[in-house]
Amino acid sequence: MTDLPELTIDVTPTFVISTALATRDFQDVHHDRDKAVQRGSKDIFLNILTTTGLVQRFVTDWAGPDAFVRNVSIKLGVPCYAGETLTFSGSVTAQDGAEATVRVVGRNSLGDHVTGTVKVVLP
Amino acid sequence: MNADEQILAAARELAARGECTPRTARDPVNEPMINNWTEALGDNSSAYPAVAPPAMIQVWTMGGLHPQRSDDDPLGRMMEVLDAAGYTSVVATNSDQTYHRLVKPGERLAVTSRLADVVGPKRTALGEGWFVTTHNIWRSGDEVVGEMLWSVLKFKPKPAVTASVPPLVSRDTAFFWDGTKTGELRIQKCSACGALRHPPGPMCPRCNALDPTYVVASGLGEVYSYVVHHHPQVPGKRTPFVIALVELEEGVRMLGELHDIDPEQVKIGLPVRVRYVPSGEFVLPAWEVR
Repeated sequence: MTDLPELTIDVTPTFVISTALATRDFQDVHHDRDKAVQRGSKDIFLNILTTTGLVQRFVTDWAGPDAFVRNVSIKLGVPCYAGETLTFSGSVTAQDGAEATVRVVGRNSLGDHVTGTVKVVLP
Repeated sequence: MNADEQILAAARELAARGECTPRTARDPVNEPMINNWTEALGDNSSAYPAVAPPAMIQVWTMGGLHPQRSDDDPLGRMMEVLDAAGYTSVVATNSDQTYHRLVKPGERLAVTSRLADVVGPKRTALGEGWFVTTHNIWRSGDEVVGEMLWSVLKFKPKPAVTASVPPLVSRDTAFFWDGTKTGELRIQKCSACGALRHPPGPMCPRCNALDPTYVVASGLGEVYSYVVHHHPQVPGKRTPFVIALVELEEGVRMLGELHDIDPEQVKIGLPVRVRYVPSGEFVLPAWEVR
């Protein structure tokens, strides 16, 4: 079973906001702390499109630019608030010809922010 | 039809409509938006921006600052049905994206959505709710380039529990709870032999007399023993918290929460003073470091 190199993201407020805007997600909970707190959150938090993108990045950082990501399937867990450190770890759990299935977990101080699998066709 | 059957009937009707009107992306796939995305996420893959990151598929057709769902968008319609039934909160639970091929700058995508599945009512940690799954399909022209199964939980939020569990009051203990309301920490005393005892009871354990009275304690003592409570959750409490068994100057031991201290800093022998904490109709004695 191949383990992938860990990926650690320093989830600063700038990271939360710049990724929310780059994914064209303008929901206030991703850039306005006062609104996020009013809605019962501790702070602004990462949006789902970014979480999906980071799961993909974690796998392609390992698989390289010529790999083709076929599927990203994630289950969302605890929120990832500004100020958190998000650490991705994972391993190859199945290999079918050139296609590998990678199990991925992204954890922060609250627990599992995201768990899931990525199917990637290796070059 | 009961309420659950009505929700399921609405879901069947929406699912039967199939794909909604396509929503065309504001912009064709383009290098500046790819670069903004890779820069923000810190993705340095040399594959981009000649092709778009597959996980950007949703980005191309986002509604932007002033999103407008089409009238026949099944997710919007299903949310209205569940809102009307009292399931007013929503949280996304799953995203399952499949990419059929890479897309390149210049292609303009459009997305459609259909209702795939509605399951419920389910009891969840957040409250009772329904899992709603939609199936999005992205096309470049007539060619399907990507798909997503997107699940949300639409739920009735559980009422927040703020009140702690009140103490049980009997004729033997009423004097104690009357005392805390007036800022007195009362210790039961045997009127026959003078022995102090806590917790209160009807009979003196030393001489078996049945005639208790009380004295007022100084409220000073030392930590005799303690536990740090992490799990399970306790109504009205944030974990971890410290419960101390305090030996009072008068010689009896009393349980209470030790406030305003890092659990790591608690130790046997720590000098403490009583403080009074209003809780519903009661005032609870607790402890603070002196």
